[in-house]
Amino acid sequence: MNDKTLNQKGWLFVLPVVVLVAFNAVIPLMTVVNYSVQETFGDNLFFFEGVKWFQEVLHSERFHAALLRQLTFTGIILLIEIPLGVIIALAMPRKGFWVSVCLVLMALPLLIPWNVVGAMWNIFALPDIGLLGKTLNSLGLDYNFTRQPFSAWATLIAMDVWHWTSLVVLLAYAGLSSIPDAYYQAAKIDGASNWAVFRYIQLPKMNRVLTIAILLRFMDSFNIYTEPFVLTGGGPGNATTLLSIDLVKVALGQFDLGPAAAMSLIYFLIILLLSWIFYTVMSPKEGS
Amino acid sequence: MKKLTWLVPALYILLLMLPIYWLVNMSFKTTNEILGTFSLWPNQFTLDNYIKIFTDPTWYNGYINSLSYVIMNTVISVTVALPAAYAFSRYRFLGDKHLFFWLLTNRMAPAAVFALPFFQLYSAINLFDTYLGVALAHGLFNIPLAVWILEGFMSGVPKQLDETAYVDGYSFPRFFTRIFMPTIAAGIGVTAFFCFMFSWVELLLAKTLTSVAAKPIAATMTRTASTSGYELGLLAAAGTLTIIPGAVVIYFVRNYIAKGFALGRV
Repeated sequence: MNDKTLNQKGWLFVLPVVVLVAFNAVIPLMTVVNYSVQETFGDNLFFFEGVKWFQEVLHSERFHAALLRQLTFTGIILLIEIPLGVIIALAMPRKGFWVSVCLVLMALPLLIPWNVVGAMWNIFALPDIGLLGKTLNSLGLDYNFTRQPFSAWATLIAMDVWHWTSLVVLLAYAGLSSIPDAYYQAAKIDGASNWAVFRYIQLPKMNRVLTIAILLRFMDSFNIYTEPFVLTGGGPGNATTLLSIDLVKVALGQFDLGPAAAMSLIYFLIILLLSWIFYTVMSPKEGS
Repeated sequence: MKKLTWLVPALYILLLMLPIYWLVNMSFKTTNEILGTFSLWPNQFTLDNYIKIFTDPTWYNGYINSLSYVIMNTVISVTVALPAAYAFSRYRFLGDKHLFFWLLTNRMAPAAVFALPFFQLYSAINLFDTYLGVALAHGLFNIPLAVWILEGFMSGVPKQLDETAYVDGYSFPRFFTRIFMPTIAAGIGVTAFFCFMFSWVELLLAKTLTSVAAKPIAATMTRTASTSGYELGLLAAAGTLTIIPGAVVIYFVRNYIAKGFALGRV
């Protein structure tokens, strides 16, 4: 869209949005910045500490471990959810009654409050009374997500795949349904294989929505807090303590405001940086 | 081969339904049965859990609270996002691209980062534990999202529509409310759906900003789980009831949902 008119009145239109978002974003962010450079001993006494907390967090093994767990988690769920979502979208019917049924049922997990998702998976996976846990154990597998790190991770990933793959499906499906039938007919006449149709017709058309899918899944999985907190509480031990969980432990559990604030800022910057990289690498070039 | 492709979505939906079925199954059982026996369906079918929720004010107030701030947030987000999205889709102005990107960065902000400062900020302006407080706080991620989705839908409307309306002598407010908004009604519906959805599912901020008067239902559940031991049946019934508003809302936007998830940009 290059036919926009230059009109500075645009600012008047966006003003309410800017005011509301700035109120929510700038003031709390400045509070965090403020804490991140100060030390407190209670009684509202604060002392300037410069970048001490940043150095501490960046060198802390606990932060490295949480960040590593976070990257592993995000990497695994992206590798599963994106291809799986595309496959399901490709297999979905294009027209008719079943489309609505599929879409409504698939969207259901997306509208369940996040702690209910966690609680639901908790009772679903409990080894003694949960359907999943009981089934796995009666198949002879030694499964207990409250005690074994591996089981906990498997459950966490299964839960996220269950919760969010539908988002990828819906996005990919939206991309696919924008392809005119004529393209498929042309491909048929040319005798194109299924793979060729996918590679040269469907994938390029999904490019844009898949960019959105990967970005959203990346951001949201990096921010994930409630579901793993309810499911495993970060345990067993620290096995599933992802960044957000660790952050809340430091900030509200130990009330170490300085380190928590420094950690928040580093955390936010990592998300911004990685999102920006994803976006520049994946977004289609202007004019193509 | 072609005949069997329907199996993929069918199997996927089946897997999606399993945990939900287990939750619903448990909600109709007594706590004794849940803890005592393992059964695929309730042997002693009971509605006690639901009766308790609908008769105990601490429970049903949770639903009223959640729905109140969610609806308030949806109205605020869509209202302020409409003119902003119009400006982004139609005008160039100083710093527009940076502003748009800055708005989107707020969608990336981890709620955990903002929990404590939000508590202090909303306490300071006396909006702690009010519907308005939670509704405004959820605007942090919902307003940028609403602008993003609406801008996508609006950019799909040809500019000729605006120009024709001006030639016909429409003033801007009249054009916007009488012609433009009905044209993108589907987009507004989808946007409202998304605001509803993200405000309904978010809990960390909602829980941080409330104590009694505006406490969301999902937080009531957490408290039950921790204080009165393991009332799993009750928990399951409350969980089942939180799925219903979402299901109702999805049903209304089912024809636009795929396009909506692509944020109007297909």
